[in-house]
Amino acid sequence: MSQTSTDKTSHIVRFAGDSGDGIQLQGQQFTIASALAGHDLSTMPDFPAEIRAPHGTRYGVSAFQIQFGGERITTPGDSPDVLIAFNPAALAVNISHLVPGALILVDEHTFTKQHLKRADLASNPLEDGTLNDFEVVRIDISRHTLESVKAFGLGSKNSLRCKNFWALGLVLWMFEQPRSATLRWIETKFASNEAVKFANLAALNAGHAYGETAELAHVLSQHPIPQAPLDSVEYRTVTGAEALALGLVAAGELADTELMFCSYPITPASSILHQLVGLEEAGVATFQAEDEIAAVCAAIGASYAGKLGITSSSGPGIALKTEAIGLAVATELPLVVINSQRAGPSTGMPTKTEQSDLYQAIYGRNADSPVPVVAARSPSDCFDTAIEAVRIALRHMTPVILLTDGYIANASELWAIPDFDSYEPIDNHKPDGRLRSDELPASIFERDATTQARVWATPGDPRFLHRIGGIEKDIVTGNISYEADNHQAMTDMRLAKVASVAQFIPEQIIDQGLPGGLAVVAWGSTYGTIYQAVKDSLRGGLNVAHIHLTHLNPFARNLGQLLSQFDIVLVPELNTGQLATLLRDRLLVDVVQLNKVSGQPLRVGELKAKITELAPRQLNKVTGN
Amino acid sequence: MAKLSFKDYATDQEVRWCPGCGDYSILKAVQRALAAQGAKPENTVFVSGIGCSSRLPYHVNTYGFHTIHGRAPAIATGVKLANPELDVWVITGDGDGLSIGANHLLHALRRNVNLNILLFNNEIYGLTKGQYSPTSRIGTTSPSSPQGSIDSPLQPCLFAIGAGATFIARAVDIDQQGLPPLLTEARDHKGTAFVEILQNCIVYNKDVFDEVVGRKMAAETQIRCTHGAPLSYGKANDKGLMLNKQSLSIKSVELGVDGIGEEDLLVHDETNPILAQMLATMSPPMPVAMGVILRQEKPAFEESYWARKPLARRAKVKELLRRGNLLDRRAK
Repeated sequence: MSQTSTDKTSHIVRFAGDSGDGIQLQGQQFTIASALAGHDLSTMPDFPAEIRAPHGTRYGVSAFQIQFGGERITTPGDSPDVLIAFNPAALAVNISHLVPGALILVDEHTFTKQHLKRADLASNPLEDGTLNDFEVVRIDISRHTLESVKAFGLGSKNSLRCKNFWALGLVLWMFEQPRSATLRWIETKFASNEAVKFANLAALNAGHAYGETAELAHVLSQHPIPQAPLDSVEYRTVTGAEALALGLVAAGELADTELMFCSYPITPASSILHQLVGLEEAGVATFQAEDEIAAVCAAIGASYAGKLGITSSSGPGIALKTEAIGLAVATELPLVVINSQRAGPSTGMPTKTEQSDLYQAIYGRNADSPVPVVAARSPSDCFDTAIEAVRIALRHMTPVILLTDGYIANASELWAIPDFDSYEPIDNHKPDGRLRSDELPASIFERDATTQARVWATPGDPRFLHRIGGIEKDIVTGNISYEADNHQAMTDMRLAKVASVAQFIPEQIIDQGLPGGLAVVAWGSTYGTIYQAVKDSLRGGLNVAHIHLTHLNPFARNLGQLLSQFDIVLVPELNTGQLATLLRDRLLVDVVQLNKVSGQPLRVGELKAKITELAPRQLNKVTGN
Repeated sequence: MAKLSFKDYATDQEVRWCPGCGDYSILKAVQRALAAQGAKPENTVFVSGIGCSSRLPYHVNTYGFHTIHGRAPAIATGVKLANPELDVWVITGDGDGLSIGANHLLHALRRNVNLNILLFNNEIYGLTKGQYSPTSRIGTTSPSSPQGSIDSPLQPCLFAIGAGATFIARAVDIDQQGLPPLLTEARDHKGTAFVEILQNCIVYNKDVFDEVVGRKMAAETQIRCTHGAPLSYGKANDKGLMLNKQSLSIKSVELGVDGIGEEDLLVHDETNPILAQMLATMSPPMPVAMGVILRQEKPAFEESYWARKPLARRAKVKELLRRGNLLDRRAK
């Protein structure tokens, strides 16, 4: 077990219980405590699509996993070394992921005949030898919780709701992490309900005290891990949804443009709407439309009227928005379309992650209607990616698609708060203040030669009365035109516009490693896993490098030349090979694919095995950073 | 300032509707209404969907946005929310507004966004060459219904009542006297104004409204709704509407027959949605209701929307980035 090893630098803890047990809240609070303790971290909520699935069932299990430690942490970890299971189902569905010797803490109160039956267990895993390879600690968490909150008269059902805080108190004690932030959170959250507030505070403290007083310290108490080597800046934890919302607001400030975020609820994209509603004071207005089409259309209307329109959805919703995105292409209006990808096709698995909407983003419109595409790689990276999407949309007057996914949206990590003063302002292409009357363009469709952007002229401005629409327009005047040569010229212009993005974005860098051997080329939320796998493989003496793409359309201008410096290119993706297709199509490089579509993130172990199979040994050992 | 004329609101773009199309007269009525209002072109936006009617914005010298099929109300909602100072008009038809885009029309109406929605109802798909539409009468023969259509037609004004519209009016395309002032009433209404305009498609559904709009019998086949006035009609103003209390329905009566006088007629109350529903559904042999059928006071959506949202950017990003629990590793 871990406490016997002295060189352990990180822990992987998984909380699991019924979807109504407050597991996600428990995980979030533990995450904040880990950050305040100075650990780097990465988390993964894993919850069912059902809001309150039938009690005690396997499919109703909600889980939250965190890896925290004293070095750079980029994944929630493959295999937990601590599992907190609130019922037999939570134990049953998570046991196969644990490392041998892992510590399993169970609420033994729930291991009744009835619960075992609901979890489809023929016998009690606490007694039938299933757990022989693990260190099992049985605590009657339910009973201890009820005792700790008895004084507040909540009744047994509401009292049991405090179970997550009792267990959290104990786990915080196990890892010597502070309770202060959670105590503050409870006080604020339940400020209007004294009994609930005091009960939860009491449960948290009782769980903590249990660790100190029970005769279990030798098993429970975990080997302390060092603080992470952090920079001399401020840190916070951030989820992808939070960082994306902050990034949009930040882009609005950089562009001196108000934003209108128009969306329709869909899992897992809704969290971005929820975040932005809380940021309205920062120059963003939100609008919940009647459907996905109305959401993108309202955003386009807002952009036409001078506020930057943003819409957000998941794959099925993006499919509905497709025609309207084409309208934004034709009318050369700025628009940001965010896709929080999920497993599909059709409804698929709404809470499970996948990267399978890349084709949709790049190819998924009628006619030649190219759109720039960028992708976020991690929760905190959503901040910069959102700014980049807005920057491209306004620089080129075009819709831009930003790909993220359900994993990134809900996962959190430690984030070095960026120095916002160092961000370049964004030119919003509005004529006001930029043009004197003698500098006015003859037509608003006069385009900048390097970006193909037109002026963002908007209603209210008497200088630029104009009519636009989805009908092909004359390249000079903007009036309706069905002329053959003009359509060719407009099609060429639209292609040139998107291609010109490559002249403004940074050259592709190698994230880790050196040219020569195996390049692992990927995009999106597999970043953390690939970072860790490549780092381990470099330490193991393999000649491997990691190249992670933010810009998927167009690619960075040096990407082809960069990849030509490698013997083998491996493309791991949570789809059946969409980036692989693009690389072959656009760069004529062949690639080896590693594809997974199980709804679960890529595991470090899976990737390392593939790297080991493909990568040559290093001639001169290089070190990962 | 010189008096504005409809010509001041015309563009240099050639109009491409079929000769004799009702859209020409609606365009002129729109331009006349704008001239009468002294509308500022830069603060006026026409948003349309797809179809013959939706080409109208190209011919009005204001801002204009010809969008995609059925979505004009959604795009117009975005325009109006982003800039509530603008006068936003939506131009749609029976196919665009009641078939592919009925959902957006419904939601614009229930929200009461301050838009002026003009629905050109010609009971046919024109631009796709004459298929039956959601307002086509049962039995309409068309390229897609050679044996006659079997769908029940939708009644636009009734749809609008069901959606919670606060302003519902009906007019005839060629009515150059009545239509411009009605459009100004629509513009002056706070909230969504819905105007159904009976429009003649000269190619695919010629004279479908003839029994209602024919100039010679118009006085006998239409009834003008005027708030506070008795609901009477007829060349000699000798007919009117009475409530049949037994069946809760409206009947047409002749004045002076059976001792019925003007005092027995229903008085139009444009704030009464029940009456509006009865008026909106009248069709031959009953007279067809024209003018403002319903008008109610209700907050406009964009007013409530912005009342709850600060207009100016108050919180700075640098401050937002630091909200919550911070781990401060800066040198002390």
